[in-house]
Amino acid sequence: MNKPSILMRLFPASGLKILNWGLAAWTAVVLVFLYLPILVLIVYSFNDTTKKTISWEGFTFRWYVDLVNNSTMISALKNSLIIASITTVASVIIGTVGAWLLHRYQYRFSKLIQTLVCIPMIMPEIIMGISLLIFFIVLHMELGFVTVIIAHITFCFPFVLVAVQARLHGLDPALEEAALDLGARPLQAFWLVIVPCLRPAIVSGALMAFTLSLDEIIVTFFTTGPGTRTLPIEIYGKARVGLDYTLNALSTVFFLGTIAFVLFSEYLRKLSARK
Amino acid sequence: MQSAATTTTDLPATATNHARRPKLFGWLLIAPMVLWLALFVVAPLIILLVYSFCQRDDLGRIVYEFTWENYARIFDFEDPIYLRILWRSVLYAGITTAFCIAIGYPVAWFIARQRETTRNRLLMLVMVPFWTSFLIRTYAWITILSQNGLLNGLLEAAKIIPQPLEMMYTPFAVVIGLLYAYLPFMILPIYGSAEKVDNSLVDAAHDLGAGPFRAFSDVIIPLTWPGISAGILLVFVPAIGMFAVTDLMGGGRQPMIGNVIQNQFLKARNWPFGAALGIIFTLLFVIAYVFVQYRAAKRSQNE
Repeated sequence: MNKPSILMRLFPASGLKILNWGLAAWTAVVLVFLYLPILVLIVYSFNDTTKKTISWEGFTFRWYVDLVNNSTMISALKNSLIIASITTVASVIIGTVGAWLLHRYQYRFSKLIQTLVCIPMIMPEIIMGISLLIFFIVLHMELGFVTVIIAHITFCFPFVLVAVQARLHGLDPALEEAALDLGARPLQAFWLVIVPCLRPAIVSGALMAFTLSLDEIIVTFFTTGPGTRTLPIEIYGKARVGLDYTLNALSTVFFLGTIAFVLFSEYLRKLSARK
Repeated sequence: MQSAATTTTDLPATATNHARRPKLFGWLLIAPMVLWLALFVVAPLIILLVYSFCQRDDLGRIVYEFTWENYARIFDFEDPIYLRILWRSVLYAGITTAFCIAIGYPVAWFIARQRETTRNRLLMLVMVPFWTSFLIRTYAWITILSQNGLLNGLLEAAKIIPQPLEMMYTPFAVVIGLLYAYLPFMILPIYGSAEKVDNSLVDAAHDLGAGPFRAFSDVIIPLTWPGISAGILLVFVPAIGMFAVTDLMGGGRQPMIGNVIQNQFLKARNWPFGAALGIIFTLLFVIAYVFVQYRAAKRSQNE
């Protein structure tokens, strides 16, 4: 028999409860650790100071005005949004069709194709960055929008494919057969029956692709040209210099945007679950 | 009738898989994706390998002549500067990973044991910072740790320290930055496997006389190992190559392999040497990957 510890004797039969309280407290501490830095950023985005220090000098919206008037920042944001949008559309198409084909057909190299798809997801980003850089240079391609988008699609579409594949595994194979029996052509069956069933997976894959593309810096860093600065590259350049309150303002906008985005997608999910 | 007979004999093998053998049409449809992967994943990696055995001329242009020089430079044991950097990268990434497990595991376990609504809310709370740009998260720590940053300001105001501490550009800052960037990547996969652990298994361990520690090490850890190993891969490997965080938080004083590669491609313009470093890094990654897979296979065999 284990000897009951002092704690156990003080609180009989509540060892697990204490453990549970400990876990809860720890989780709270970690959440504070996750949010406190972001909170600090937000608070100081309203700091009315011209000095490069963190001392509080009063409330202002100045940094937000600066941000809106900062043309390099705005154009970087525009570039990022364009790249992320094109990447997402292309990734959804390639990923969904790819997942469907790999599900429906038994290719002789199915295993190999599956492994190939996984490589861009697990490969270190810097390796992908330098290998694509060398590849583009060897082909004499000009670094810029096109090369960045190619790179982003390459590491984004596998995430859509895997998400859709997970959903396909739970799909009744009879669905497509029924559609075909009822006279649908294969493409119609895919578009009218399969795709609607896959919509939740496609949406979450698309969200994943969009945020991955929007936030990516390592691969972008190597495959972009001087004319195409994305937002992360711009932030990286500014953060290297040190404190910059426009960055605080940008972070606040970004963070609130993220929260709105998450709440909105959650709302959509609930709406579709109710149907 | 012949075809019908073969289908029935094939049935046991294909009963779980209704997939058909593709005809020309099926091959044509998958071809673009396979081509894309071959062109933008496989071909670049092969070219990277070729480059790592090439030389460069005085202007930094590539010369296609075979040499071991680049690898010899990395494995120069008399002046092991690059081996030391490699070791430091593995060390920092390893420390970051260990901290991520230690900090993230209890959180993941706690979240997994909650009722569904609480669980989803807590999970959302962990996810939101993960959806925010990691560069912004790193910048947040710069404002806290820098010489004229918040922490120094607070400590000085409280008269705990007479002058600002140098916290930025130290190994401590690098690990904090990496930890903060990658912690959610550890919590989520562990949560994924902790959620599947049946409570009655833990109870059974207790009933059979296992204390909390025995139950944890002999029952819970093996059951959540898939999540832990996925977390290790998701944190350890990217942390080695993440030059942005090490550059911002370490200020170039603590270069890791990612910073050196970046430098070879941008400033030093020695692409073949950078490619060789990349190949070594890839090998490291493959070893880590195979090791984790091997451990996972062994564990599932033991069960």
